[in-house]
Amino acid sequence: MIWKLLPDASSSAWETDGLLAGLTLVTGAVLLLVFWLMLVYAIRYRDDSPIDRGKIAEKTFRFEISWTIATLVIFFGLFVWGADLYARLSIPPKDADQIFVVAKQWMWKVEHPGGQKEINALHVPVNTPIELVMTSEDVIHDFFVPAFRIKRDVLPGQYETMWFTAELPGTYHLFCAQFCGTDHAAMIGQVVVQTQSDFANWLAQNGTSGTLAQQGAPLFIRYGCSGCHSGNGTVRAPSLAGLYGSPVPLSDGSVTTADDRYLRDAILQPKRQVVAGFDPVMPSFAGVIPEEDLIRLIAFIQSLSPERPR
Amino acid sequence: MSQTVTATRALSYLEDGKTLRSWLLTTDHKRIAILYALSITVFFFIGGSAAALIRYNLITPEGALRSAETYNRLFTMHGVIMVWFFLVPAAPVTIGNFVIPLMIGARDLAFPKINLMSWYLFMAGGACALYALFAGGVDTGWTFYAPLSSNYAQGHVVAVVAGIFISGFSTIATGLNFVVTIHRLRAPGLTWYRLPVFIWSFYATSVIFLLATPVLAITLVLLSFERIFHVGVFDPRIGGDPLLFQHMFWFYSHPAVYIMVLPGMGIVSQIIPCFSRKELFGYKFVVWCSIAIAVIGFFVWGHHMFVSGQSPYASIVFSLLSYFVAVPSAIKVFNWLGTMHKGRIHFNAPMIYALGFVGLFTSGGLTGLFLAALAADVHLHDTYFVIAHFHFIMVGGMVSAYFAALHFWWPKITGRMYPETIARGAALLMFLGFNFTFLPQYILGYLGMPRRYHSYPPEFQVLNVLSSAGASILAAAYALPLFYLTWSLFRGERAPRNPWRATGLEWTTDSPPITKNFLVTPTVTSGPYDYNDPHTKLADV
Repeated sequence: MIWKLLPDASSSAWETDGLLAGLTLVTGAVLLLVFWLMLVYAIRYRDDSPIDRGKIAEKTFRFEISWTIATLVIFFGLFVWGADLYARLSIPPKDADQIFVVAKQWMWKVEHPGGQKEINALHVPVNTPIELVMTSEDVIHDFFVPAFRIKRDVLPGQYETMWFTAELPGTYHLFCAQFCGTDHAAMIGQVVVQTQSDFANWLAQNGTSGTLAQQGAPLFIRYGCSGCHSGNGTVRAPSLAGLYGSPVPLSDGSVTTADDRYLRDAILQPKRQVVAGFDPVMPSFAGVIPEEDLIRLIAFIQSLSPERPR
Repeated sequence: MSQTVTATRALSYLEDGKTLRSWLLTTDHKRIAILYALSITVFFFIGGSAAALIRYNLITPEGALRSAETYNRLFTMHGVIMVWFFLVPAAPVTIGNFVIPLMIGARDLAFPKINLMSWYLFMAGGACALYALFAGGVDTGWTFYAPLSSNYAQGHVVAVVAGIFISGFSTIATGLNFVVTIHRLRAPGLTWYRLPVFIWSFYATSVIFLLATPVLAITLVLLSFERIFHVGVFDPRIGGDPLLFQHMFWFYSHPAVYIMVLPGMGIVSQIIPCFSRKELFGYKFVVWCSIAIAVIGFFVWGHHMFVSGQSPYASIVFSLLSYFVAVPSAIKVFNWLGTMHKGRIHFNAPMIYALGFVGLFTSGGLTGLFLAALAADVHLHDTYFVIAHFHFIMVGGMVSAYFAALHFWWPKITGRMYPETIARGAALLMFLGFNFTFLPQYILGYLGMPRRYHSYPPEFQVLNVLSSAGASILAAAYALPLFYLTWSLFRGERAPRNPWRATGLEWTTDSPPITKNFLVTPTVTSGPYDYNDPHTKLADV
């Protein structure tokens, strides 16, 4: 049965299903009305029906106004319902755990903060808000988990984020929903939701040579970042300690927040958002640092702000 | 076409010149409509064959066609041909081309030579696209999303895009022709509010042709430049923005939906009053709803991009506007029902097709409410729910309306009556086959089956097999008119001037009309739906 095929496995799945049920009720009622009227009129007012037609409505104006207003009110209600839920889905909770996803034709690469890697699979603990930070190495893909009722396009050249809280342990489909070339239909995988202890075991068994941040530290030196950003270089550059998650005043007078997206842009397109009081001397690293190294560098910069749990 | 014989009866447009040359160099809007009708019928069956292979492939979870590459090229071909070489031009260039001048009492369109040129452009574009699709095809989907289409896809992307680009100019020419014709060539006394809703709808469609198609042309040129010269408009590796392509593409392709469906609304607004023997309910509301749809339709393109990474604020605005654009459509449905109320309803084939349009269009429109609701779209986007939704509008709705128009004006176009009983049967079969094919796809979409999948997890098989079974019924229903309409050309009963006792100037001239349409320019003294004699009987009912 349908409800067995598609479990409600995330905290928002119930709400989306509620919205879908509401929409089904409204559209079902309207559809029933339209088809019922067509049927009744087709029978009652068929040509050889002797029924007295009586006086035909002359003033159509009040009918038009009333069904226009009724339609507007119902539609506006549906809009607010859908937009409210969408807005809440757009803002991840502050304490969400981050997992990085890199898509390419035709596989999903997942990097956990502890350094665990998986391909075409994503292990997550139950009842924990998870934020996916996603990017693509080539074309546009889309990370779609029907059991969670969420999807998000994964674009090349930028980070897209999506969050969820899994509530039901189990194994669910992961689909690429944006057509991405020949083996689009094979770009599928599994999302495995585990209990906290099972997930801890899984992390331990798949442990690697270090967390993403630890792996990022040598990269920070190898790519030459430390030459200016470590505080004792010859070039004056903003310090990165405590930077992550804090407000950054820019040279054009605006203020932005140093999130993953900002850090990525600051490394690849440093001239776009220059920090106030500094010269735009940093060279671009676009095409120099591959996506997977970029993730490690960002994890390393995150680790320089220890008071922020993310 | 010089007339050497001074006949007592003026020649009909079909008899006026028998050579191939007289057809290929004609400037008569009626003959050009026939040329178009033949061409788009060929495209319809090519696109339909691709659809049949798609449904065949999806019978088994691992894909009956074996090759994902082949499948991807097939659905791209299906989409490209059906959208640009059937649905967008179908009603305007055939029905509109034939009927508009007759309906407004004109001898031809304003620019007959441009009309002929538009057919040649259409054929050139079609040949270009067909060559590319058969020489190896493309596997980008009809949406050509960058950077897949610009940097990664193999195949003849540029040739297909060139075909669409060229045929775009044909629709621009047609739109221009209609706008000028409707402004300048109306018969004396035919004021704007005496125009049939059909004319208003095609006018609105033509305005969209003129305003939206150039944006598509620009988009496709940029895409070709990107692919050949790597200029970096859409490719993020050299500073481009892949979302820009989507914004530009949907700025055309969403209004294109209204290009497809507005003519359908115009068609049923003629047919329902005629077969209910009653004035159209709320004429002015229906008229202004068409205009409202055409205008608001330009500001809803972002609802194709709710999960694409566009700003959530933009998404919220686009969601609200998408609900607004649905209001006029809903009003029209109520007005058609109001027209049937207290009428004297006849169930000839055009009416059955028209009621099929109302039912399927309403279903498709209502499922659009799901996709306009932001959080619901996050789940349903890019699944089979979307496929089912837009096929209800475009195939269920628009193709039904196209067949309704074909049957309604068939006596006028050919001078022959079609066989009524089998036509009614085909209309019902089409409605049933359509629902059988596409209703299971709504459930597939809810369950999460993504679109454009060559293979799929086995739990989706039952619904896919159901859908494919329905498709075979639908295919039979589409083939039927091909046979009985062709038969009627030779054996059909001769049609009188006005077999439906319909109002409208096109019914006051001969069936088929003479080359100059009217011997004397008609003068109009009343409104478009003057069905005030309730006891008029249709000729054959």
